[in-house]
Amino acid sequence: MGLLSLAIWTPIAFGVILLTLGRDEQAGAVRWLALVGAVVSLLVTLPLYSQFQLGTSAMQFVENVPWIERFNVNYHLGLDGISFWFVPLTAFINVVVVIAGWEAITTRVNQYMGAFLILSGLMIGVFCALDGLLFYVFFEATLIPMYLIIGIWGGPNKIYAAFKFFLYTLLGSLLLLVALIYLYTKSGGSFDIATWHKLPLAASVQTFIFFAFFSAFAVKVPMWPVHTWLPDVHVEAPTGGSAVLAAIMLKLGAYGFLRFSMPIAPDAAHEWAWLMIALSVIAVVYVGLVAMVQEDMKKLVAYSSVAHMGFVTLGFFIFNDLGVAGGIVQMIAHGFVSGAMFLCIGVLYDRVHSREIASYGGVINTMPKFTAFALLFAMANCGLPATAGFVGEWMVILGAVKANFWLGFASASALVFGAAYTLWMFKRVYLGPVANDDVKGLTDINAREFLMLALLAIAVLWMGVHPKPFTDVMDTSVAELLKHVAQSKVK
Amino acid sequence: MIDKLSWISVYPEIILSVMACVIALVDLGVKTRLRTLTYVLTLLTLGVVAVLQATYASGGATVYGFGNMVVSDPMGNWLKCFATVAVMITLVYGRPYAADRDMLRGGELFSLSMFALLGMFVMISGNNFLVIYLGLELLTLSSYALVALRRDNQMASEAAMKYFVLGAMASGFLLYGLSMMYGATGSLDINTVFKAISSGNVDHRVLVFGLVFVVAGLAFKIGAVPFHMWIPDVYHGAPTAVTLLIGGAPKLAAFAIVIRLLVEGMLPLAPDWQQMLMVLSIGSLLVGNLAAIAQTNLKRMLAFSTISQMGFVLLGLMSGFVNGNTLSAGNAYSSAMFYVVTYVLTTLASFGIILLLAREGFESEEISDFAGLNQRSPLYAAVMAVCMFSLAGIPPMVGFYAKLSVLQALIASGQAVHIGLAVFAVMMSLIGAFYYLRVVKVMYFDDPITATTVSAPNDVRIVLSINGALILILGIVPGALMTLCADAVIKMLGT
Repeated sequence: MGLLSLAIWTPIAFGVILLTLGRDEQAGAVRWLALVGAVVSLLVTLPLYSQFQLGTSAMQFVENVPWIERFNVNYHLGLDGISFWFVPLTAFINVVVVIAGWEAITTRVNQYMGAFLILSGLMIGVFCALDGLLFYVFFEATLIPMYLIIGIWGGPNKIYAAFKFFLYTLLGSLLLLVALIYLYTKSGGSFDIATWHKLPLAASVQTFIFFAFFSAFAVKVPMWPVHTWLPDVHVEAPTGGSAVLAAIMLKLGAYGFLRFSMPIAPDAAHEWAWLMIALSVIAVVYVGLVAMVQEDMKKLVAYSSVAHMGFVTLGFFIFNDLGVAGGIVQMIAHGFVSGAMFLCIGVLYDRVHSREIASYGGVINTMPKFTAFALLFAMANCGLPATAGFVGEWMVILGAVKANFWLGFASASALVFGAAYTLWMFKRVYLGPVANDDVKGLTDINAREFLMLALLAIAVLWMGVHPKPFTDVMDTSVAELLKHVAQSKVK
Repeated sequence: MIDKLSWISVYPEIILSVMACVIALVDLGVKTRLRTLTYVLTLLTLGVVAVLQATYASGGATVYGFGNMVVSDPMGNWLKCFATVAVMITLVYGRPYAADRDMLRGGELFSLSMFALLGMFVMISGNNFLVIYLGLELLTLSSYALVALRRDNQMASEAAMKYFVLGAMASGFLLYGLSMMYGATGSLDINTVFKAISSGNVDHRVLVFGLVFVVAGLAFKIGAVPFHMWIPDVYHGAPTAVTLLIGGAPKLAAFAIVIRLLVEGMLPLAPDWQQMLMVLSIGSLLVGNLAAIAQTNLKRMLAFSTISQMGFVLLGLMSGFVNGNTLSAGNAYSSAMFYVVTYVLTTLASFGIILLLAREGFESEEISDFAGLNQRSPLYAAVMAVCMFSLAGIPPMVGFYAKLSVLQALIASGQAVHIGLAVFAVMMSLIGAFYYLRVVKVMYFDDPITATTVSAPNDVRIVLSINGALILILGIVPGALMTLCADAVIKMLGT
């Protein structure tokens, strides 16, 4: 069994074991087993880093066995510089999420932990799949555990949120399916993504395919104006669900743009780049303003996610190496930062059971250790240098300046909004005098919460101070992608 | 003198008809409530028949018997094998339910089920208009009686009456259409009819006139809009065990006669009947999915869901003949066959759960009866969830690959209309996802109304678990079943 199969199936196997074992009476054992499963799943992804070859854009760790021979579908896995970091990132976030749900989840613990482990394996599968159908299967299958996570352990309006999440994203992906089948017939019966990359396509066909992909990936990212599901879902999802959703699931869409839309329909991507850039800038500016007026912390961070993902898609569609690489770095950084932001809200919510900003004030007085972490993550969310949030945004802005000065100018000034809504929220929640009795009674984070936040804090700082391992891995692949996208595929 | 091969090809039918009579007689001496002896005998017989059919099918030979009256080919044999297994599973799930409702007395449930299966066999292997019609009548007459098995139940009697009247009308349509075909071509033999039509010497108008009635009759049987009215009422009114018997295995037989009549007999008329199927399919997808949303009764919802699923099967059947050639026929018909087989598998499990939750004096057929099932029994909730996700076409359940292969067949034709239809179909399955998800929502997100634990006899529990697991396993490794369907259909087209 190859390393990638191991990375995919280890968490799924642990998840299935958890589902079959364990009732709530043995919740303690279930939690430990889940943690062991998550940690083992993270450990099996580490050899990937030591064995990854820099300086080549070829797929590595390739596994390719026939899967459905009738349709020439292969179980074809592989990683390149674009997808590489998402595998350990997913496994890492999964460990954090298991720790985060340790005390907050008391009912049906085995199903909760099992769902997250299975979800983590499926998402790793999405990043590794080099076969169109395999990709789709993993991409869609992630909906099932997430639907159950939101619906079972979510907030008061969880059912609405679960349905909105499922149906909204399914709507987009079904058109993706039609496009995939169309490519299958066009390419003479192949689901191989690399074959599709080389397949010449007429301009009109490319436009059709580009928008079919767009419907799936833009909803997932989510781009303005199809982002409306995200705030609703984030508000109702349990803390772990929000963290995984923001940290990993949104990246599935952005990754899809890089793996499918741009290389398969490069001419259409160039032709419609103005639209993508416009939507991205709207996301950064308008959604940033929307974030500022939110009363609910989770909603605020959700809108901030949309704005940050706007930087990602902006970077992709200016078609230069700084932009694309910056977009990918921003995806990874946002994985750490948004996950951490949601977990911070979770820490407060577990104690006060409110997400309203107005319910807090002066948390720093009662929870100084926690506030230190929260400050770090808030700064990273604003894109302060030496944190993870800075690197990606800075690269994207540089790329944008290279492409068009005014575009770079506009996106750089939009950073101000990011700083404004994050810092204003920080001020209202954490600073000032103790606002009420709830805040007065707060106890600072315990060792478990400290561990969870410390892991993320290390990641955020490490990536901010020393981003070289991240950018080195992707450079060659990004250059190759851009070279490919620059060539017209119209015959 | 009838040759030996002819006899061999109908051994399963002979075993079935003899044993159906024997079991009816044996049951006279059985007095236990659960009719264990009759039950075991029936399952044994069906097991032998299924194995026999599987051996024939994997042998791969095509045999025409009794002067071309019947045909035994891999497609037919596999369908018969699957139908037999489906009836076995139905009886396993249905027995405790039937025993609670005093439906086992006299053992008719078992012998009538076997006669119904015999009817399906005859339909599947018929190579002659009249033989197919006889098989159809044997199946439907047994079904009418089965629906009316709870004769003191008002709803069941009403359903039986509706089923009988509408079914008789459909049979009339079909017979009328077939007689037109006979009049135009001068033969009842499917191969001869095919030759006559492809020769081009037959008046096209008469053929199409007959074709309309044949298609209408078939549409009645598979329950495509606008000939679907009986489906919700009969599914709802019939005792659940019988609903499963009607809604499961016979779909395989209905698929077979569509193939025998339309493809083997009238492929040169494909441009005509494909248009009719397209209309039926659009209607079924639209009405089935939209009406299912409004249902609160699970059996009724599944009835409308059947209608929409059949719309998908029709999509596969209508994409075989493109631009005047049949190059994509194998692809299209095998995807439709795969769809039907996996649909039956899923239907069995979902009705199995309904039967399981029903208790004496309680039907458990409202969707709200499933509230909090996950807390009462995680296993059965998981099986039902797998079924619902499969019907909605979400990977990695097998239902996804069924939809995939049908859509693939549709798009492979390369026509703009077909691509538009594919987009329409996926949009409809998005609507479908809503009501399937609602069942999952009720089971997982709502709190249970009762705390009673769910208990089931061992045989039911084991078969149901395997059935549910199979939907998932076939979704992870669907290749073998797909290849099986493709090989069977390609062999059928080759002859």
